[in-house]
Amino acid sequence: MTDALLHEISSSGEAAVAQFRSATTLDALRSLGSELLGKKGPLAGFKAKLGSLDPDARRDAGQAVNAAMTAAQAAFDQRQDALAAAALDQQLLAEKLDLTEVTARPTRGHAHLVTQVWERLEDVFVGLGFTIAEGPEVETDYYNFQALGMGDGHPARSAFDTMFLNYGAPGSTVLRTHTSNVQIRTMENQKPPIYIVAPGRVYRRDTPDATHMPAFHQIEGLVVDKGITMADLKGTIQAFTEAFFGPGFNSRLRPSYFPFTEPSAEFDIQRADGSWMELGGCGMVHPDVLSGCGIDPEEYSGFAFGFGLDRFPLSSHGIDDIRDMYTNDVRFVEQF
Amino acid sequence: MRAPLSWLNDFAPFGTETEAIAAALTRLGMQVEEIIRVNDPVDGVIVAKVLERAKHPNADRVGLVFVDVGDGQSLQICCGAFNMQPGDLVPLATIGTNMPDGRTIQRSQMRGEWSNGMLCSQKELGLGEADAGIWILPPGLPLGSSPWEGSSLAHDVVFDIDLTRNRPECWGIVGIARDLAANLGLPFAIPGGKVEPSGPTRSAPVTIVDGDRCGRFVSAVITGIEVKQSAPWMQQRLSLAGMRAISNVVDVSNYVMLELNEPNHAYDLETLGGGGFNIRLATDGEELATLDGEVRVMAADDLLICDAEDRPIGLAGVMGGLDTEITDRTHTIALENAWFASDGIARSAARHELRSEASVRFDRGRDPYGIDHAVRRFAELLRETCPNLELHPGLVDARGTLPQPVVVDVRTSRVNELLATDLTDNDVQKLLAPIGFTFTNRHFNVPSWRPDCSREIDLVEEIARHYGYDNIAKTVPASSMPGGLSPRQRDRRTLRQLLLGLGLNEALPNPWLAPGDAERAGLAAVGQPVVIGNPMAAEESVLRTSLLPGLLKTVAYNETHRSAGVLFFEIGHVFRYPADEQPLPDESEHLAVAIAGVDAPAAVAVWNEIVTTLGIKGARMQSAVHPGLHPGRSATVFAAGRPIGVVGEVHPSVLGSYDVDERVAWLQIDLGKLLDLPHGISGYKKVSRYPSSDIDLAFVVPEKVSADGVMLSLKKGAGDLLAGLELFDVYRGAGVAQGSRSLAFRLRLQATDRTLTDAEITKVRDECIKLVNKTGGALR
Repeated sequence: MTDALLHEISSSGEAAVAQFRSATTLDALRSLGSELLGKKGPLAGFKAKLGSLDPDARRDAGQAVNAAMTAAQAAFDQRQDALAAAALDQQLLAEKLDLTEVTARPTRGHAHLVTQVWERLEDVFVGLGFTIAEGPEVETDYYNFQALGMGDGHPARSAFDTMFLNYGAPGSTVLRTHTSNVQIRTMENQKPPIYIVAPGRVYRRDTPDATHMPAFHQIEGLVVDKGITMADLKGTIQAFTEAFFGPGFNSRLRPSYFPFTEPSAEFDIQRADGSWMELGGCGMVHPDVLSGCGIDPEEYSGFAFGFGLDRFPLSSHGIDDIRDMYTNDVRFVEQF
Repeated sequence: MRAPLSWLNDFAPFGTETEAIAAALTRLGMQVEEIIRVNDPVDGVIVAKVLERAKHPNADRVGLVFVDVGDGQSLQICCGAFNMQPGDLVPLATIGTNMPDGRTIQRSQMRGEWSNGMLCSQKELGLGEADAGIWILPPGLPLGSSPWEGSSLAHDVVFDIDLTRNRPECWGIVGIARDLAANLGLPFAIPGGKVEPSGPTRSAPVTIVDGDRCGRFVSAVITGIEVKQSAPWMQQRLSLAGMRAISNVVDVSNYVMLELNEPNHAYDLETLGGGGFNIRLATDGEELATLDGEVRVMAADDLLICDAEDRPIGLAGVMGGLDTEITDRTHTIALENAWFASDGIARSAARHELRSEASVRFDRGRDPYGIDHAVRRFAELLRETCPNLELHPGLVDARGTLPQPVVVDVRTSRVNELLATDLTDNDVQKLLAPIGFTFTNRHFNVPSWRPDCSREIDLVEEIARHYGYDNIAKTVPASSMPGGLSPRQRDRRTLRQLLLGLGLNEALPNPWLAPGDAERAGLAAVGQPVVIGNPMAAEESVLRTSLLPGLLKTVAYNETHRSAGVLFFEIGHVFRYPADEQPLPDESEHLAVAIAGVDAPAAVAVWNEIVTTLGIKGARMQSAVHPGLHPGRSATVFAAGRPIGVVGEVHPSVLGSYDVDERVAWLQIDLGKLLDLPHGISGYKKVSRYPSSDIDLAFVVPEKVSADGVMLSLKKGAGDLLAGLELFDVYRGAGVAQGSRSLAFRLRLQATDRTLTDAEITKVRDECIKLVNKTGGALR
C-alpha cells in the first residue's frame, strides 16, 4: 500500500512537471498551475490523505508529497520565466520604432538676443558685487540732461539726437537718450555706498541702418563710495572685461570728454589678436553731479561707465545688420 | 580736425614716426580716427628722360620707349601709353620696385621685346585717381632722382583727429602741437609773426555797441595787396587740412585760423562805408547777404558786424557778408580779429543752420590774447605773395567785456586721492607747465587758450592726461555690498524662463506706433497716448499705450513670410497720458502673450501657469468685454481682488485691420502691478497617506453662468477634503437644453488623517450639488 502510494505520488508529480514543461503560453501555464498546484490539485489531495496513514507511512508519504510539490513548483517557475522572456522578446520586437522618423521640432521658446546678453551682463556685474537699478524710459529734461551737467543750451546736448515728447512744458520731457538718468535717480534715493548697473532701452533720433536703431540698449555702471579712485575704475573695467570676454582680454582707458564725468575716458577692449575695440565711455563722477544729488564730493568719490549692448550679439553671431534683430522673424529668432 | 604732420613739425621736432605720433595723440585724448598718407614716395621710382619712341615690331597697343636715367645709356621700356615725347621727364619704376598695388616690377619680355622697368601714371604711383597716361614731370628735375623731391606733390601725413569739446585749443595746429610736444618732452615754439607795422598810420575805427557779446575787436589796415593764387605749399596744406584754396588773401586768412585757432576776416576797405566797424546786435528781421550767396533774416539775438555807416557786413563769428568780399581789384584790406562770447555765436550758428569753420571755433572758445600774434602772422604770410604789403601802424584795439584771467588752486593730495597716484607738488607743476599752466603765488594760472578749465577737477584731468591714463594702476574697489538681483528682477527672470519653456519666443517690436494704430487695434479708449514732438516719421510718432499693436504687427509680419502659428511674448514699457498733472506720463511694464492660430483657452492656460509659477494669490478671471478683444471670449484677470490684466482672443475685426489671418489668443498683464501684490510660493499642504476617492458630477449649466463660478461652488462644497478638481468634459448638443451646456467635473476627495467613509463622501456630494443648484446648474 505504501509503495503504491509513493509511486502514485511520484507519478502525479512527474505528470505535473511534464504538463508544465509543455505549456506554450503564460495563460495556459497559469491555469495549469492553479489546477495542479492548487488546494484542489492532485498533490494537495495526497496531503489530505496523509492523516489516515500510520506515522511511518505518513512521514514517507509526506516527504514524497513535498518532493513532488517542490519539483512541480520548480518546473512551473522555470517554464514561467522562459515563457515571460519569450513574450518580452516578442513585445520588444513588435514595438520596434524608426526613431529617425521623428521630425517634430523642439518647441522651446527663444529669448531675444538682446535679453540674452542683458542677463549675462547682469550676472557678470552681480558677481562683481553690483545690484541692478532701473529707471523710466520717458524722462524729464532734468534727469536726462541738466543733472548730468548739461544745462539748458549746453552744447554737448547737440551730440544726442533727442526725441522730445509733447508733454508738459515744451522741451521738458524726452525719451531718454542714455541710461545715465538712472545714475541721478539712484544717487537721489540711495546713500553711498552705491554699486549699481542699469541696463535699459534708450532712444535716439537715428535713421535705422545696418548699425543704428532709434531704439537700442545700454548698460550704465555707477560706483560711489569713500576713497574711490580712477585706478578702481580701470580695475573694474578690467575685471568686467575678463569676466565677460574671457581671460587674456585686456582693457585700456583713453582721455575723452563727458559733461558728467571728469576725468573722462573712452574704454577699449583688446581682442586676442591684439586689435582694440572701442566699447564705451567712463570717468570719475563730476563733483557737481555728486553735490547736485546731495552727496558731498569731498567725502565721497565715484566712477561711472556705460556702453551699448546691441553690438555684442551682432559680433558674436556675425550678424551684419542690426535691423535683423528687431524684425522678430521666427526664422531668425529660433536660431538662438 | 585734420593736422598735417609737416605743419605740426613747424612747432616742434616731432620727426616722421607716424604711428608713434598717432599713438601719442590718442593717448592724450586727441583720438586719431585715420592716418592719411599723402603722396607717399615709392622707392625705386626715379626720374628718366625720354630719348626716343619706336613701334613695337609685334604689337600695336604697346610701343617701345628708350630712356636715360642719368648714366647716358639708352634703356628699352615697353609701354602701353603714348602721351610722352622725346625730351619729356617721366617716372620710371626700376626692376625690383614694389608698386602701391602690390606688384613687383621685373625685367620681362613683351611679345619678344625686353622691358627694363615700367613708366608710371600718377594713379599707378598712388597719387590720386586721374589716369591721364604717363605722368609727365616738370622739367629740370635731376635724372635718377626721386620724382617726389622738388615736385609740388610734397609727401605728408595727415592725422584726422576726433576732438572732444573740452579741447578748444586743438582747433588750431598750435594747440595740438603744444600738447603733443609737452607729452613727448620736445621743445615747442610758435613760428613766425615777426612782421612789424610800417608806413603811414592808418586805422579802421571800431565802435563796440554790445560789449558783453564782443569782448575785443582788433582792426588793422593792410595795403599793397595783389590778389592772386597762393604758393603751392600753402595750397597743399589748406587742402590737406580740408579747406579749398581760393586766393592768397582768403587762403592766408584760413591758414592763420587753422594754425592758431584764431578766426579772422579780411574786408575790402574800399567797400566799408565810413571805413570802419560798428559791432551791435541785430534788429529782428534785418537782412544780410552772406558770402555763400544767401540772404539771411536776422534775429535780435544775432550779433552783427556793421560798417561805420551801420550797414551789416557780417554775421559775427559765423560768416562774412557778400558786399565786402575780397575781389581781384582789392588793394587795401581791413583785417578783423575779434573775440565774441561763445554761447551767442553757437546760438546764431544753430539759428541759421550755418556751421562754419569760424563758428565752430568761436563756439568752442578762442584765445582773446592770441589776436596780436595772429595779425602779425597774417601780414607775414601774405607778404610772401604780396612783396609790397604793409601792415600800417594805427591798429585799433576796441574792448568790450573779456573773461577775467582764471586762477585755480590744486591740492596735490586731492589729485592723488582721485588718481591713486603718489605725485608731489613739484610733479604736478611739471606736468602742467608745458601746456601753459604757470604756477605763481601758490595758484595755477589757466592759459587764455583754455576757457574750458576753471576748476580744480579740470586740472586734475589735465594732470591725469599728461601723467598718462596708462600709468594709473588697476585696482578693484573693496565693496562691502553684496551683489544680486532684486525680488522683482528675479521674478521677471522666472517669468521669462516659464514663457520660454512654454514655447513662446520673445519679441522686441518697435515701441512706437503710427497715428491710428491704437484705433485700429480697438484701443481708442485705452488712455490718451503721448506723442513725440519731433518724430523721425509720422508712422513712428506715438508712444504705445498697449503691447497689442506691436505684437499684432509681429504676427502679421511672420504670416506674410509663411510662418503661421507663431507664439510670442513681450515684456516692455507702455506709456499713457496721466489723468492728473504729474512730472512724467504714466509708464508701466507690461507682459503680453500672443499665440497665433489658436483660440482663447491657450492664453488662459499661459495665465494659469503664471499663477502657479509665481504663486499669485487670489487669482481669478471674470468674463468681460475689453477693447480690441473678442467680446465673447475675453475676461478680466484678477489677482488679490484687483484687476491686473486681460485674457482672451483678439477681436476678428482688429485682426482684419492688421492683416492677420489666424485667430490670436491674447494675454496682457500689468506686470508692475502684479508683482507689487503679495505673491510667492509659501506654505504647503501635507501629502495625505490615506486613500482618496473620486466622484464625478455632471451639471447642466446655463451659458450665462461661468464654469469658474460652478467650480467655486464645488470648492466650497468639498471644503478641506478637496484634493483635486478637474473639468473633464464640456458638452453642448442633443440632450442638453438650448442656452445651456453640460459641464462634467471630477472631484478627488481625501482627508489627511483618516480614510473617508461612504457617508462622508455622500455628504460632500450632496453639499456640492446643493451649492451648484443655487448658481443655476442642475445635476444631469
